[in-house]
This record gives sequence, structure tokens and C-alpha cells, in this order.
Amino acid sequence: MNRQTDTEFTPKIVGFLCNWCTYAAADLAGTSRLKIPSTFSVIRVMCSSRIDHNLLLTTFFKGADGILVAGCHPGDCHYGEGNYYARRRFALLKKVMEVLDIDAERLQLSWISAAEGHRYAEVVGKFTEKIRELGPNPIKGSTRF
Amino acid sequence: MSSISIDKSVAMGLKDLLGYLLDSDKVDSVLTMRRIPETGAWDLALITDSGNLGEAEPLAPVMTVNAGKELSSLSLSGKRIAAVLKPCELRALIERVKREQGSLQNLLTISHTCSGVFPLEQAADGSMNELLPKYEKVASMGEVPSSVRDTCKACQHFIPVHPDIMLASAGAQRPGEGCVLYLEGGKAEEALREFRGVRDDRVFDPSSLDRTAAARKKERDRLFARVENDCSGLDGLLNVFGKCVGCHGCSRVCPICYCALCDFESMNFDYNLPYFEEHLSRRGALRLPPDTVMFHLGRLTHMSFSCVGCGMCSDVCPVGIPVAAVFSRTGERTASLFDYVPGRSLTEEIPVMVFKEEEFSELG
Repeated sequence: MNRQTDTEFTPKIVGFLCNWCTYAAADLAGTSRLKIPSTFSVIRVMCSSRIDHNLLLTTFFKGADGILVAGCHPGDCHYGEGNYYARRRFALLKKVMEVLDIDAERLQLSWISAAEGHRYAEVVGKFTEKIRELGPNPIKGSTRF
Repeated sequence: MSSISIDKSVAMGLKDLLGYLLDSDKVDSVLTMRRIPETGAWDLALITDSGNLGEAEPLAPVMTVNAGKELSSLSLSGKRIAAVLKPCELRALIERVKREQGSLQNLLTISHTCSGVFPLEQAADGSMNELLPKYEKVASMGEVPSSVRDTCKACQHFIPVHPDIMLASAGAQRPGEGCVLYLEGGKAEEALREFRGVRDDRVFDPSSLDRTAAARKKERDRLFARVENDCSGLDGLLNVFGKCVGCHGCSRVCPICYCALCDFESMNFDYNLPYFEEHLSRRGALRLPPDTVMFHLGRLTHMSFSCVGCGMCSDVCPVGIPVAAVFSRTGERTASLFDYVPGRSLTEEIPVMVFKEEEFSELG
């Protein structure tokens, strides 16, 4: 059990994981009994290039405190080059958020291969800590959006 | 490169050219701005009979619709069309051709240096007519008319990029110059072979517009600073886009937003009762229609790098959101991620359609 007080903030993070690399890494982390924060929710996609801007924006506007997009390392995409396109799109969204000064740091892109169970646990853990420091997504409590 | 000089005003010379193109069967139709005498209203018209050219006002500083958007679909008809386009309309056309929404094959593009267009409201209520003499005077001095769209004042692309035929309009001409047609490429040479005028090999000298460029840059910095101040952070986003009524007019008039079914109008954003109930149970109130602010962020991410800054979106917004200013500023930054300039070249690939293996390594 998490010994959590009422005031402690537990970030709600959504991870979009590619089926072939990062989802397998998540599986490996599980079977290796590595600790993953329970508030990290996984959405499995067939390729990181499946992730449209609107998926990420919807997740953000619905109140996720952090969003992780993770897939195969560049050069290792199961489909050849999907993650390169994903990276460009991610860069675009991040830039738009930076230009408008809206919480771009709540979005993270990571490359985690199927063999990197430990790295998966580490990335998720560190990102969770980072979001914990940032505090809750202000949209979560707002009725204006 | 060659040039043809006609001893007439630019507007009259251009009308002669359009008449010639129709009468000598070089094209099937011409696309031009027009003014309806009975009502004084402006529109964009496709004209096939040169007898109807009397109403044409090809250089009118009005944009009722981005002609690049209209022309791109017409261009697939196989008919030969000569189109008079403002520089941003030409760039929009190029962006659409890259997206396979049109073809340059049967088109003869005619464009001119641009001093900006009046907001539609002033064109519609007639107040533009009173402001027009002042506009022309200011433009001819190479300054920025105060009455034009905000994004026109701030526009850095007022010299057209590679039209088949280019004209220097007010502010870009030397005194007493008359109408000079600068021809680029074989298509224009061929079409104008029998057109009467003094032939030369003059090349347009953009340095005549240095002063305008400096003034526009100042306006741009001013506009972008205003956007940065007003539309920054979530509060700023609400401040600017919170007024949105969700009509999606901005995306309908946008020359770049060509998707037949926009994601925002698809089932993905078709909310139902369970959605409302779920949302309300968590937040206790819900803005209707939902996701109007997110819609703009979605569009910014999807197409801002191709924004040509024509300003149609701001003009049609019923609640006065400065959509075009936000898109111009954001677009400039997103496009620069890829060294991209919308409409600059047909061979420059749309940024999201290509990639480089070595890039953005800082992201992940």
C-alpha cells in the first residue's frame, strides 16, 4: 500500500507505448518484478507513429499530469521508420506548447527497446518524480476548457 | 526571364492582358477579383467571356476567399486558367499542390507585389471605399497602410515567389514606369508571344521595396509581441481562445486545412451523454460545445508550419479572435524547426511527410 497522505500529490501519467519495443519492455519490467508507479496508465499502440497530436492533446486537456510517448530506438522501428515520423510530430507539438508557454515539460519522448526493462522502470520513475515536482496539471480542476 | 512594358497603369495593363489571354484562346478562363456595380460588393470570379472583364478589378485590395484554395480544386478540371493571385494566395496554392489538392500544369499564375487587403467587414459595409484613396497613397510611398488586416501589415512575403507573370504594383514601381510584366519560364513566354508591348529583359528589382520591408518587419515585431503578451500560458490561451464559439469557420476558410473530414468534426469529437456524465462527475461543470480551446491547439500543431498568413481566419471569426496573428507567430516558429517556408518551393517537402535520421536527438 502506498502510504500517502491526503495532501501528497500522486501524478496521473499516461504512457503511449509502442507494441514492439516499449510495451515489451514494460512486460519485462513486470516479470522482473521492478517497481512501476501504480498511477502510470499504459495505452498500447502498434507504433509510436500511430500517435496523433490530437490523442496527446486530448489526454492533456482531460487532465493527465504527464504524458510519455515511448517506442523503439531510432533505426530499430519494427516498421522501418515510424519512430522518425513520430519524433517530428512530437517535436512539433512540443514547439507549439513552448511557443504558447503551456507546460511542454509535461510531455516526454523516450526510446526504450524490448530488452530494456530496467530502463523502462527508470524512465517511468524519473518522469513521475519530475511531474510530482511540477505539481498537478492545472487543467484538471478547471471548468473553463 | 524577359519583360514586357505597356504604356498604361498596372491595373489597366493587367486587364488588357487578361482580355488578350481569353480572346486569343491562350486560356479557357481567368480568375480575378471583381466588383459588382449594382451592389458595390466584391467577389472572386471565374470569367470565360472577355466581355465580362469590365467588372474585373484584378488588383483590388480585398480577399473574399483565399484564391489559392479555390484555384487548387479548379486546377484539377483540366481547363486552362489564368489566375491573378496575391502572394499569399500563390503560396497557399503551392502548399495545396504539394498536398495533391491541385496542379500547376494548366495554370498561368499572375501575381503582384501586395500592400495588404482590407478586412472583410470594411469591404462589405462599403467603408473601404472611403479609405481606398489613402490606402493607395500610403502604399505608393512604400509604407504600410493602417487600414489593412493585421497579418497583412506584418507580412514579410509581399513579393510573390515565382509566378509565371509578375507585376510590380504600387510602391514597387519607379515613377512613370507604367505596367511592366516580368515573365518567368516558358509557359508565360509562350502564352504572351503575340501580346503587344515593348519587349525587354528587365528583371524585377526588389530593392525598391527595402523601405516597405523594414516597415513590415517593425509591424511584425509589434504584432508578435502583442500575441506573446496576450496568448501565453494556459490563462493566456483562455484569454484569447476562450471566446471561441466552435463554429470552425477559421478552418473552413483556411487554404491549408484541406482535410475532407477534419478530425475535429469526426466521431472522435462527437460527444455523447456518457462523456458528459463522466466529465461532470469529475469537474462539476462543462463548457459547451466542449474542446473549443483544444481545437485551436490541434490546428496549430497540424498545420501552422504551412500557414501563409493570409488572415482569412481572423476575418471570419464571429467573436474577433486574432486567429491569424497567433497562427502566423506560432507558424513561423514551427516552420523554422525544419527550415521550412510555406509556399516557397514546390520541391520543398512538407515537414511531417519526411524526416532526417539525425535530428531532435535532444527529445529522446
